[in-house]
Amino acid sequence: MTMFSLLWPISIALGLIGLAAFFWSLKNGQYGDAAGDAQRIIYDEDAPLDKDKGSL
Amino acid sequence: MTATSQLSSDDLLAGSRRLTDGRREAILAVPTIHCGGCVARIEKGISHISGITSVRVNLTSKRMTVQWSGESPAAILDTLRSMRHEPSLVGQEEESKDKVLSSLVKALAVSGFGASNIMILSVAVWSGVEDATRVLFHWLSALIALPVIAYSGRVFFVSAYRALRRFETNMDVPISLGIILACVLSIYDALHNGKYAYFDAAVSLIFFLLIGRTLDHMMRVKASTAVGNLARLVGHSATVEENGAYHAKPLPEVRAGMTLLIAAGQRVPVDAVVLEGISDMDGSLVSGESIPFSVCPGAELRAGLLNLSAPLKIRAVSGASNSFLAEMMALMEGAGAKKSRYQRLADRASRIYTPVAHLAAFLTFAGWIYFSGDFHAAATAAITALIITCPCALGLAVPMVQVIAAKNLFSRGIVVKNGEALERLRDADTVIFDKTGTLTLSEPVLNSAGNHSPENLALARQMAVYSRHPYCRALIAGAGQIDETGGAAIKDIPGQGLEMSRAGSIYRLGKLDWATDDGSNARGNTCVLSKDGLLLETFVFTDKLRDDAVQTVSRLDQSGLGVEIISGDTPEAVENLSRHLGVASCTGAMTPRKKLDRLNELSAVGHKIMMVGDGLNDLPALAGAHVSFAPSGANDVSQKAADFVLLDGNLGGILYARRVSILSHRFVLQNFSLAAFYNVIALPFAMAGLVTPLLAALAMSASSIIVVANALRLSRLLSRPEGMAT
Repeated sequence: MTMFSLLWPISIALGLIGLAAFFWSLKNGQYGDAAGDAQRIIYDEDAPLDKDKGSL
Repeated sequence: MTATSQLSSDDLLAGSRRLTDGRREAILAVPTIHCGGCVARIEKGISHISGITSVRVNLTSKRMTVQWSGESPAAILDTLRSMRHEPSLVGQEEESKDKVLSSLVKALAVSGFGASNIMILSVAVWSGVEDATRVLFHWLSALIALPVIAYSGRVFFVSAYRALRRFETNMDVPISLGIILACVLSIYDALHNGKYAYFDAAVSLIFFLLIGRTLDHMMRVKASTAVGNLARLVGHSATVEENGAYHAKPLPEVRAGMTLLIAAGQRVPVDAVVLEGISDMDGSLVSGESIPFSVCPGAELRAGLLNLSAPLKIRAVSGASNSFLAEMMALMEGAGAKKSRYQRLADRASRIYTPVAHLAAFLTFAGWIYFSGDFHAAATAAITALIITCPCALGLAVPMVQVIAAKNLFSRGIVVKNGEALERLRDADTVIFDKTGTLTLSEPVLNSAGNHSPENLALARQMAVYSRHPYCRALIAGAGQIDETGGAAIKDIPGQGLEMSRAGSIYRLGKLDWATDDGSNARGNTCVLSKDGLLLETFVFTDKLRDDAVQTVSRLDQSGLGVEIISGDTPEAVENLSRHLGVASCTGAMTPRKKLDRLNELSAVGHKIMMVGDGLNDLPALAGAHVSFAPSGANDVSQKAADFVLLDGNLGGILYARRVSILSHRFVLQNFSLAAFYNVIALPFAMAGLVTPLLAALAMSASSIIVVANALRLSRLLSRPEGMAT
């Protein structure tokens, strides 16, 4: 039971971190262009991060 | 649509948005992008233009966002065209972020998180955890479930509350009731050390329902802005002459009787009569006819005409609110309102579902009270019945299929605006085509190149390079490469043609009655070459058919659909084309209002009309038809008004879209039966109180997964070529 009272909060916290990461990625526009981003890795040259991406 | 199809840098500037730091941003649709290579080339090419501060191409939506400072760099369009991409402008309002979708996705993520974490605890309870541990697990479940339900359940609670306030009921009422009652009962059971809590069922219910709701939202009808765009075409002001001085006046203040000045390149803002000047007018807005016609003093002008060559002084005979254009906007709005009466399949299904769910829950409760008198058992059974009948699978049945169908259509270059259009498409039994720009390309071709003497053809070609009239361009293309024979003085006479003096003779290329002395009436679609008033040569032009027009029309005919052509062009030209295509029914010289009237006439006798058109004059018909297509290259207003846009301009896309629509309908019906089958099996068990939370969770997930899996089959079926390959 002591194990449980330690592990359960940890697992919930990990889940919440995942959820927060998803919210961040949504807001950041990570899903704006799934097809294009997959191909960019082949063609893109290194460039400074562009903040004006479209988002969902 | 020679005058409206190509984007100019002025259009780019007008369609762009001012950012807070003074830069401007425009969004362009570039349908011809299809790989990462195109993306990289375009971004590289555009970013090298001076003044460009950022460019980003989105491969998924085939759109590009470009930002610049200073003046609109025309080089953006030139660079794109040099890479053989033809961009079109995307309205800013259309690109604005979909807030509802993003909030639905967030609610979905939260409920997914909640459902999975509660399920971990529930599995322990189902496996036989007892006493204090079980109570603890119930409370931990409640700790997760209540905030999750409060956050993610809002979607349903708000909608249910709105319906109840109007003394109506909708699908969300039993859903909300089931969720809330399940929570209340579970809290009661947790307090009294009950065996089961239903937090897992309530949260996973929300999760599955939200999947369906999110997909459904993606296929919803978005408010059309076509009418607003039409108004924007003529601009906001007009140049008015008052007491000998010219000044700009806002369009609504223009009254009949005022004198207006229309520069070349401007549209006539109100119905008017020409006072001074001779010019060529592009009437594509009014008649759909792409060949310009000439006007002289006394000629009547309709609002929306584009002045091509020379300035005109005109007298307004209407105000802006009662002009031809205003009438067309009113027609469109009226026609569109009529269409919105269509009831979507999903709505029809929910209309049946809602009373059934209420009734089942009520009967269960009443039955249990009557037979056992145990209030707790009755409540449990009733809530289980509510939850088990919840339309998770039903909510997924339609949108899942439509999202997959839309994705397949997009990969073939067809944009479908909403799921409803996909449903309506299969009902269509009569296809009405517009002629110019739809069945034919807007540019005419020289039909009689082989019959002309080489000298005359060379002469005509030499003159033709001085004009941008479509006939002249067709002449140049038709004559091929011919050696130039020295320079000469060439005059462009607006509305008549071209005049050249050489070696003491006057050559004229243009209208028959102007170029020759006999002045007999000109036949349509011709232009003549004359020397000192004597006819040398007559050039005949025809509209060039789209590549797959013949095939598409015959396929539609074979599929048992009625085909009709209605056009604003001359009856003679329309008849020629229909004969060529084997279409029995055709009408020429149709105004926008007459087109809509013809549509209404056909639908009054029970026909469901599919309208295929590109011109602004087709707008009311596109808005009023049961379902409508616009080939791209059409102006953005008609693309907005139509349900489907054919991005690559292939008419064959109509056949493919129809096949997708028919198949989707079949899959939707299959899904409905699967969902109904599940309910028919599960409901009696729930009413009898035999459904444990474990069973409920399994049944609910399984039915949703089956429906999704069935919808996924559609994609496989569509990728298989099947006779009707396009």
